[in-house]
Amino acid sequence: MDSVTKRYPDGTVAVDRLSLEIPDRSITVLVGPSGCGKTTTLRMINRMVEPSEGTILLDGEDLQRQPVTTLRRSMGYVIQNAGLFQHRTILDNIATVPRMLGRGKQKSRERAAELMERVGLDASLAKRYPYQLSGGQQQRVGVARALAADPPVLLMDEPFSAVDPVVRKGLQDELLRIQDELGKTIVFVTHDIDEAIKLGTMVAVMRTGGRLAQFAPPAELLSDPADAFVEDFLGADRGIRRLSFFSSAGLELTRGPVVRADAGAERLAAADGAPHLLVTDADGRPLGWAEPRGLSAGDLAAGPLLSCGRPFVPGTDSLRAALDCAVLSPTGWAVAVDADGRVIGVVSQQTIGEAIRSAHGAGSPGDERTAEEPADVTKVAP
Amino acid sequence: MNVLNFVNAFFSDGAHWHGYDGIPTRLVEHVQYTLMALGLAAAIGLPVGLLTGHTGRGGNAVAFVATAARALPSFGLLVLIAVVVGIGLLPVMIPLVVLAVPPILVTTYEAVRSLDPAPVDAARGMGMTETGILFRVELPVALPLVLSGLRSAAIQVVSTATIAAYVSLGGLGRYIIDGLYQRDYEKVVGGAALVALLALVTLAVFWAAGRFVVSPGVRRR
Repeated sequence: MDSVTKRYPDGTVAVDRLSLEIPDRSITVLVGPSGCGKTTTLRMINRMVEPSEGTILLDGEDLQRQPVTTLRRSMGYVIQNAGLFQHRTILDNIATVPRMLGRGKQKSRERAAELMERVGLDASLAKRYPYQLSGGQQQRVGVARALAADPPVLLMDEPFSAVDPVVRKGLQDELLRIQDELGKTIVFVTHDIDEAIKLGTMVAVMRTGGRLAQFAPPAELLSDPADAFVEDFLGADRGIRRLSFFSSAGLELTRGPVVRADAGAERLAAADGAPHLLVTDADGRPLGWAEPRGLSAGDLAAGPLLSCGRPFVPGTDSLRAALDCAVLSPTGWAVAVDADGRVIGVVSQQTIGEAIRSAHGAGSPGDERTAEEPADVTKVAP
Repeated sequence: MNVLNFVNAFFSDGAHWHGYDGIPTRLVEHVQYTLMALGLAAAIGLPVGLLTGHTGRGGNAVAFVATAARALPSFGLLVLIAVVVGIGLLPVMIPLVVLAVPPILVTTYEAVRSLDPAPVDAARGMGMTETGILFRVELPVALPLVLSGLRSAAIQVVSTATIAAYVSLGGLGRYIIDGLYQRDYEKVVGGAALVALLALVTLAVFWAAGRFVVSPGVRRR
């Protein structure tokens, strides 16, 4: 997008000289308060809104150069309330664009059935009508319908804001999974900064009046907000949230206070001095925390145990998850487990604190999400 | 003698079932007038209603035309046009069409205009043409209301088509007007009963049509 402006006849400027280079095969999120022009920006990409000034290029070619219906059929479009056609079955809703493109009825339906599976919809819903589905299911149908003709570009306008938080999280995870498989160029509009940070490879923060405030990967947004507006928009806990981008792999774990329930007296003696002991079962799965005083060897699980809370998996979980475990733990120690749930060690809040300090100091988060920046960034704008 | 006796006497008289003034002939004539008027009114009201509803423009004009047309008395119009153009089918068709257009036009316009804008936005965004949006997204969902407009127009035309007899044409109005002249109240009541019956049949036809052409996804059952 090169210096794109949308001015309405009454003089209102919805988007003001916006220049944006949207990377291929990754999710770009447009985020900002209501009235910041993010939806207008999105709708200019499929020419639902025509820009007043400036040009939008797709793979180097001006959007104005092809017929508007051809352009739109090459881009998936998902809107807030899904906008399903209530007179058509789920299968026929999804088959809409392939049918428009002149593919046969049978072929289109086969493709639709394939997509239902891809977005996690049960095949038994195929013959149902939209009113028989929940909001979350309808939204999945909306996504499937947008993907049906296999378009390289997917435009999503606040697709998940009308569903409850639990369903929304499910849809977000599903979108990330689908994106991993399909690698579409997705432009996603939301007013929810958490959603933007979770989904975006790149995040464009827009401010009222249709100006771009900052365009950066989410981790950079959290570490270096461009100005007070972006900082304010990110919210008070951006420091904590930024920890999501640091891996918990480097944390130094200790096995000292970890004992098996059937441990003998000498093992107990060896752990003496630790303020709390983490008791595990014979397989090494955590049972709970015990006070070392007054414990007798033999059956530690018989005594009173404090819950050990939710453990974290070093390497898979972020530093934020590890910190959360430590904060929630009654002893202040976070329990680290392997992928099978067996304890590999414990770590104190203090140790996590040191890791946070060194991570923030180092500046560049070592998270895989940023490591996986798109390799081929085809220019969307000059 | 009460009304039911009149009705009974009218229908049990064998003479009323044969010939050019028989019930079958008059019924067929009446249905012909009705279908013709309804067809013409639909040919005017449906396209205009769909188009104004789809674009959202011309709503005020639609409301104005509908109100003005409703204010015209059908009988007065019939006499006026008969005086101007002479006796024939035209002076009958004009008042009936004027009567039938407003309910068709207004309900069609309202039905399309008040649709949920989200599916239309989605359809446009996925590259459907405007004609495609109108016929494949808007009309199927607006259909129950559009049909209800056609239905009330049809009922009104069925009952008003009796005025055809006033300008020497046939139809069930023949019995009512002739009966009044001949002070044959059996005939008047019998004709009126037939008109009422035909109105009920019209209702049934529209009910059946609704079951048949409206998608279960729109009917919600």
